[in-house]
Amino acid sequence: MANLQDKLQELKEIAANPRKQLEQYLSKGKQVIGTFPYYTPEVLADAAGIVPMGMWGAQTGISQARKYLVAFACPIMQSCMELGLRGTYRGVKAVMIPSMCDTLRCVTQDFKLGVKDIACIPFTYPQNRKIPEAATYLKAEFTQVKERIEEIYQVSIEEEAVEKSIGIYNEHNAQMRRFARLANAHLDVVTPIVRHEVFKSAWFMTKAEHLETMKEINDGLEALPAHVFAGKKVILTGITAEPEGLLQILEDQNLAVAGDDLAQEMRQYRTDIPEGDDSIGRLAGQWMNRIDPMAHDDEIRRLELLENLMKENDAQALIVCLMKFCDPEEYEFVAYNQYLKGLGYPVLSIDIDQQPAAYDQARTRIQTLAEML
Amino acid sequence: MNEQNMSQAAAPAKPKRPKSKSQLMAGALLDKAYNDTLEAKARGEKIGWATSLFPQEIAETLGLHIVYPENHGAAIAAKKLAAPFLEYAEAHDCNNDLCSYAKIDIAYADLFDCSPASNMARPDFLLIGNNGCNEITKWFEVVGRKLEIPTFMIDFTYNHMPYVTDSRVRYIKAQIEQVIKDLSAFTGTVWDPDKFAEIMGISTENRNLWEQVADYLERQPSPLSGFDLFNYMGPMVFTRGRRETGDVMRQLIAEVEEHIKNGTSTFPAREEFRVFWEGIACWPYLSHNLKTLKKYGINVCATAYARAWSLDYTPGDIESLARAYAFTSSNNILLEESVRRRKEWNTKFHIDGTIYHVNRACKVMVCQQQELMRQVSEACNGLPYMSFDGDQADFRNFSEAQFETRIEAFAELMRKHKEGRIHG
Repeated sequence: MANLQDKLQELKEIAANPRKQLEQYLSKGKQVIGTFPYYTPEVLADAAGIVPMGMWGAQTGISQARKYLVAFACPIMQSCMELGLRGTYRGVKAVMIPSMCDTLRCVTQDFKLGVKDIACIPFTYPQNRKIPEAATYLKAEFTQVKERIEEIYQVSIEEEAVEKSIGIYNEHNAQMRRFARLANAHLDVVTPIVRHEVFKSAWFMTKAEHLETMKEINDGLEALPAHVFAGKKVILTGITAEPEGLLQILEDQNLAVAGDDLAQEMRQYRTDIPEGDDSIGRLAGQWMNRIDPMAHDDEIRRLELLENLMKENDAQALIVCLMKFCDPEEYEFVAYNQYLKGLGYPVLSIDIDQQPAAYDQARTRIQTLAEML
Repeated sequence: MNEQNMSQAAAPAKPKRPKSKSQLMAGALLDKAYNDTLEAKARGEKIGWATSLFPQEIAETLGLHIVYPENHGAAIAAKKLAAPFLEYAEAHDCNNDLCSYAKIDIAYADLFDCSPASNMARPDFLLIGNNGCNEITKWFEVVGRKLEIPTFMIDFTYNHMPYVTDSRVRYIKAQIEQVIKDLSAFTGTVWDPDKFAEIMGISTENRNLWEQVADYLERQPSPLSGFDLFNYMGPMVFTRGRRETGDVMRQLIAEVEEHIKNGTSTFPAREEFRVFWEGIACWPYLSHNLKTLKKYGINVCATAYARAWSLDYTPGDIESLARAYAFTSSNNILLEESVRRRKEWNTKFHIDGTIYHVNRACKVMVCQQQELMRQVSEACNGLPYMSFDGDQADFRNFSEAQFETRIEAFAELMRKHKEGRIHG
């Protein structure tokens, strides 16, 4: 238990201090690449010994980014621009930005032209994944990303090294899924905040390091007797469930997070990199297999995915962490809100912002939900 | 109501400028397109809704009737009929932050009545092209699910290079071929490659006529009001592949030639300033905007938006069609290319300044707009610019007072800039 708590504390500190983590990597002579939300071929950088670090913005006021983005742009993109312009990302040589939504299309341009000391590597995922040519196209796109990384970082990304990194990433995926499963039997230890910290920390460590820590955490959890949780369980969906103040409200109401469909958390881990003839093709194959609101999906399989998450985890309600001004998420809400309500599940939508703000309204609404459950 | 207000209310309305023959023809063509679709539906044919930059050549070749929700939303907004649709959508899970065209359409997909505006028939399929924006993909998915109908998609992949890469062209071409196959099978129609080449030929001819019209705005003063182009966009979107559209354009050209001969213009004031309008029109306030601009002699002589439907390709060549549709809209290309085009147009059309519509409904248009403002101005020797807050279809997101104040100040700014240029 002591080791488990130590490891959880370690991840908590890393999740809270990405800048410190960055400094440590740089001081060890490592090179770092930034990865914008929320899928990038970071395996390619990992294979060259470059540390990928997630760019999820911060709870911060916006001033310089106003020169680039309107106030009704995605809060994460506003704060990423702000931090980039302020120089908070110094030491990061390049960022990978996928143009997955309309705002990200524009941010590939804003960041490239605004943050001049960090190179920008934009790329576009195919949306129409019903035809094999989509994967062929994506391979060309990832090859271009690979060449840019090689040029900027003066490295050579070898096939064998990428295959090895893919192995680590898939193993890490499996451990993260194992953690999500084990957490449900230990909701006294893995509170909503602890759960979030574990997931968030993965963005600021090499996957090999995080994998080792996760194995210890999972082994520690497995060794504990199962806890009978007396409160109610919810599923979270959306981009992020931040800041921690919001999760504290859940804890205060004795609500546990029994599963999630968050971009920052389980969306990253539910789809493995499949087998294939070559590493780039395998990375493309992962995108082709994802169920995700950022890709065209005329069946909107997220409905079924959320329904299954509710059932499998014995959850009583869905809390939608609706990132403000995130149109892909807002559209899918139109589809799944009525669907899940029709199945008898309460659905509560909370606006998520990155501007420092009190969550008084969210507290009242979550409290009402808890009372209703 | 007091006596003074009553007397104001009783004052005779100022007679509207009669519509030109080409405007009437354009309106009739659009009405016919809506009616033809309703009639086709009544006959039991499968009809579709399409995004405005989906290659119309495909449906036209298959003889399918298509309507365009974006134009429909614009028409509803311009006729000031949007309020009940926006309210309905927001009461049915649509976040008020979503695109106003989308909200109108998602509501319409339940209500199916927007009279006195033209109604769209209930669709049997949806055609999606994401070259205008990515958001429309999700919008159409929601409608497809609501109506339980299939979607056929062509993904045009955002271009972060100054050209359409070969890998993109191959992917887009494969999708076009797949859509042709799937749509033919679904609608029970037969694909005729010769007819496809013919439709591409007609579309190219209409495109050239459209370019000719837009190029008249080069003349100083211009023989037409740039805002007029917005009135002819309907045919260019709906019926670009039909010969009747060429008739409308030729009539318009004849009218413009007549203005040139007589030294007159459809711009109803003395042209003092020539501006570039950036973004979609503010449809609910089109006449207000025009009236305000007219007051200061400001004519809109260039716009990137109307030119997005000016698709340049080689008839019969799918690859060139793929490239053209992928690279036409400013929303699907890197900023440097947007700046390059504007620099060229600002010179060609003798532009004195740019008006940027900060469109609350359209993130892809506004999230790189501020950098665009700076770069275009810098590339054009400090060309003045202004912006105003608006919305393509949601009347609640526009302030007449803000627009008027800013236009007044902008006219002054352009005046000083022009004087500075003249006096060195």
